[in-house]
Amino acid sequence: MSASPGILNKQQREALIDPLFNNNPIALQILGICSALAVTTKMETALVMSLGLTVVTAFSNLVISLLRNYIPASIRIVVQLTVIASLVIVTDQVLKAFVFDVSKQLSVFVGLIITNCIVMGRAEAYAMANPPAASFLDGIGNGLGYSLVLISVSFIRELLGSGKLLGFSVLKLTTEGGWYTSNGLMLLAPGAFFLIGSIIWALRTWKPEQVEAE
Amino acid sequence: MSQPTTSYTVMFAAGICLICSLFVSGAAVALKDRQDANKVLDKQKKVLAVAGLIEEGASPTATEVDAIFAEKISARVVDMKTKAEVSDPSFDFKGYDAIKASKDPATSIEVAPNKAKVGRLPARQIVYCVKEGAGCAQYIFPVEGKGLWSTMYGFLSLEKDLSTVKGITFYAHGETPGLGGEVDNQGWKALWPGRKVYKDDGSVALKVVKGKAGDVASDPHRVDGLAGATLTSNGVTYLVDFWLGPDGFKSYIDNLKSGSAG
Repeated sequence: MSASPGILNKQQREALIDPLFNNNPIALQILGICSALAVTTKMETALVMSLGLTVVTAFSNLVISLLRNYIPASIRIVVQLTVIASLVIVTDQVLKAFVFDVSKQLSVFVGLIITNCIVMGRAEAYAMANPPAASFLDGIGNGLGYSLVLISVSFIRELLGSGKLLGFSVLKLTTEGGWYTSNGLMLLAPGAFFLIGSIIWALRTWKPEQVEAE
Repeated sequence: MSQPTTSYTVMFAAGICLICSLFVSGAAVALKDRQDANKVLDKQKKVLAVAGLIEEGASPTATEVDAIFAEKISARVVDMKTKAEVSDPSFDFKGYDAIKASKDPATSIEVAPNKAKVGRLPARQIVYCVKEGAGCAQYIFPVEGKGLWSTMYGFLSLEKDLSTVKGITFYAHGETPGLGGEVDNQGWKALWPGRKVYKDDGSVALKVVKGKAGDVASDPHRVDGLAGATLTSNGVTYLVDFWLGPDGFKSYIDNLKSGSAG
């Protein structure tokens, strides 16, 4: 089941594209909400977190998929966690070495990627049963699905909460002599809850098949 | 696959652990130099920020920071036992880690129980002087003390009268974000410049109070408390009291004062 050069087969394409809207990890699977609340007050942290999670999910899926026929079923969760934890620690070390300021703001949340249900959920649900290439793409796809929600939420939170985008002033705040009174709710965790709720609502209006059956 | 044998399972687990640990430790060793350089740079930036030489949160490059340091800052080593300046040309100002030194009995001294809950003092501390002609326009002192959850590490800068605060900043703390974590808030830190540390009798009077303090001119010894973070606020009071008091830099400061007077 290898891809012909340059073209992904159907399974691989679905693995990559589906998690964006049809099977979004945050909006449909409702995974990874904790970090989605915590790191989305600013776009910069959200972008770095998205990148970190995408890399970790892609490579943990790849490794787990390569090992899937050798992992003893009785210790598979432990093995998955060991692989994921190693990847996360290395990611954290790389961030500390190359984007120190951002890694300071992300503080514990990079480490907490280990417990992010998306990573382990994909390893257990997909990589254990699918070939490496498709698993890798599934990891990237789910990472991108997570990123899509994180970046949308942080865009709105940073814009309405502090009048900025990526640190540049867009709406001039009254405290700095402008006209915009910042919306404090956006900087607090409940702001993100409302936004994620609205995104899920919008997505399910667009794709009614995502509504759970009563 | 069929049920694997126990020995296979054990070997597999051991193999995975070995490979993963090599991977992690390899990355840690390979990246250590860069990370250490980042930490040093971050601390230097805080020194420059508390002195008002760069904007807080600005991100100058390492070369720019080094250039400003070379031009504007002279670092001095203070022996915390004698509270006197020592000249040691081989002292590594950039690499010296006072926090590490205070944990090693060989490079630290004991200190009487105090409200800032400082356990041991590093035998040597670095005091930064912002150069102005032959003298100093500002003196920047390292401070640390317990807040509610964590030890807060920062710098306090005094004007050349050695009593007026020029700025305060914290570069490491683990206080509650939004409450005690506001020790690092620009707005709050902006309340500090101009406040006076010492009373006329030489005792440390500067306090973080509960609620609002007056403006700098009418209420020079008090700073607004952090709302919802009384224990962190008290921690800041105690650490100022400790580091600028007799156990900290008091006699060093007195020497500087009499030196500049005479």
